[in-house]
Amino acid sequence: MPHFEKPAEGSWTEHYPELGTGPVSYEDSISPEHYELERKAIFARTWLNVGRVEELARPGSYFTRELQAAGTSVIVVRGIDGQVRAFHNVCRHRGNKLVWHDYPREETSGVCRQFTCKYHGWRYDLQGACTFVQQEPEFFDLDKSRYGLVPVQCEVWEGFIWVNIDPANTTSVVDYLGEFGAGITGYPFDKMTQVYRYRAVVGSNWKLFIDAFAEFYHAPILHARQSVAEESRKLQGIGYEALAYQIDGPHGMVSSWGGMSPPKDINMVKPIEQKLHSGLFGPWDRPGIEGLDPLPPALNPARSPAWGLDSFVFFPNFMLLIWSTGWYLTYHYWPTSYNTHIFEGTLYFVPPANATERLRQELAAVTFKEYALQDGNTLEATQMMLETRAVTMFPLNDQEILLRHLHRTAREYVSALDSDPTNPYTPVPVPAVS
Amino acid sequence: MTEKTPVPVFPSEFVDLDPFADWALGTEAERYAKRLSSTMDQLQALYDAAFPRLEAILAYLDGLELNSLPLEATRLLWLAYSLVNASFPVEVWRQPRVPDSGAASMEAVIEPAV
Ligand code: FES
Ligand SMILES: [Fe+2]
Repeated sequence: MPHFEKPAEGSWTEHYPELGTGPVSYEDSISPEHYELERKAIFARTWLNVGRVEELARPGSYFTRELQAAGTSVIVVRGIDGQVRAFHNVCRHRGNKLVWHDYPREETSGVCRQFTCKYHGWRYDLQGACTFVQQEPEFFDLDKSRYGLVPVQCEVWEGFIWVNIDPANTTSVVDYLGEFGAGITGYPFDKMTQVYRYRAVVGSNWKLFIDAFAEFYHAPILHARQSVAEESRKLQGIGYEALAYQIDGPHGMVSSWGGMSPPKDINMVKPIEQKLHSGLFGPWDRPGIEGLDPLPPALNPARSPAWGLDSFVFFPNFMLLIWSTGWYLTYHYWPTSYNTHIFEGTLYFVPPANATERLRQELAAVTFKEYALQDGNTLEATQMMLETRAVTMFPLNDQEILLRHLHRTAREYVSALDSDPTNPYTPVPVPAVS
Repeated sequence: MTEKTPVPVFPSEFVDLDPFADWALGTEAERYAKRLSSTMDQLQALYDAAFPRLEAILAYLDGLELNSLPLEATRLLWLAYSLVNASFPVEVWRQPRVPDSGAASMEAVIEPAV
């Protein structure tokens, strides 16, 4: 007996018939060859979120992102004109990596007036133009204006910075983000500038961690001990059902109840939460800022009074979680091989006015980390056993609809690349993995 | 971990917390590392001493400007962060580490300045 109403078809999954309801192969998560195809078909061709405009506070602010899956490193920089731009992080002279610090494979950030190559000192301004060539007359008819940094498409949506490595891409970020993007436009992201970011190296395919965060079916079991005993028993008995699931093109979303802010019975939560009035769902009191009431229309699509959070999966590797308590969280999954990736979870709060607010946010951030360590610790174990291929097909339930959709979308991108001879973009061949 | 902390560590009202001065650590990485290298008895002792004082700590700190706290007040805030961190082993896990997390780790790469 469902606690929340499902679509007329009887299930969320059947509401999107293209998804099917049969068992699903996880070969796409354990095959090195398939991963190489994903790099070309997905990461080298779609919009990737690389950060927020607050990270580029003033002209000359820059950061680099190692987009290993897309086969490059990019510099993202705010120009003298205030515009945010992105460039391949490569010097036009002889290919040295232009911006890095101490370790060439690590990301860096800072503020500068220009970029100077560590090798022979060529210089580039913040707009990417080559401005200085060491011993220029030694070159042969060198026209500096033809040796600017190679631009990467870069757009800003609601303060989120996106890049697309494919020079042939003609879709804007706004169009790419579709209905979900349009429906959350106007959320006061720009007021939430108190940031915590956690990073983990994870021994699984990138899609497996999205799987873990795109369903809450696991929550009453895997996270059982994080609730007080009686509450935990109750949650396991009930199981988990979302308020709503939606799919739009390659993207998906789940809307969930919860939040306990404040809980009906204070004894439902742990002593530290009782004392601080905060927990996994964030500080119980919403911050007093504009833009949270009314909320943009895509949030709480079921219009449920029990609404706790909405979790958007923006294909391929960006998740955005907006909480009823007035803060947001992002997840990034950066593949480094078919069975490894780097996970980043970033929490954004309205800056605290005093120590109490600060400590409430600290509890939310620490709680996030405890949960994420639990979410992450099953992944290597899953990856290992998927790779045995002892079992190859897996049943997914209706609460796992977003997983079905994610893997299907990723497979579709790969087959579209295969069957598109007119694809003007020919990626650099990637050496085979032995 | 035997660094000597100068006196007074905390604002004078909180002299009872002096035995836990080594928990006044300014980064999540330090607090988490100290948690993992502590015994449950040590974590319980911190919790038992600091938890009943949390309301008083917040009342004291809320009277000050968060972004220009004097050093003793900052240490008190850091101690409160450690209490939050230690509450998980004490209230939930009954062990310092998240169960089954093995070698997995999650590094705080950005955190608030205060
Ligand atoms: S490679 Fe950059 S100046 Fe030579
Ligand atoms: Fe989880």
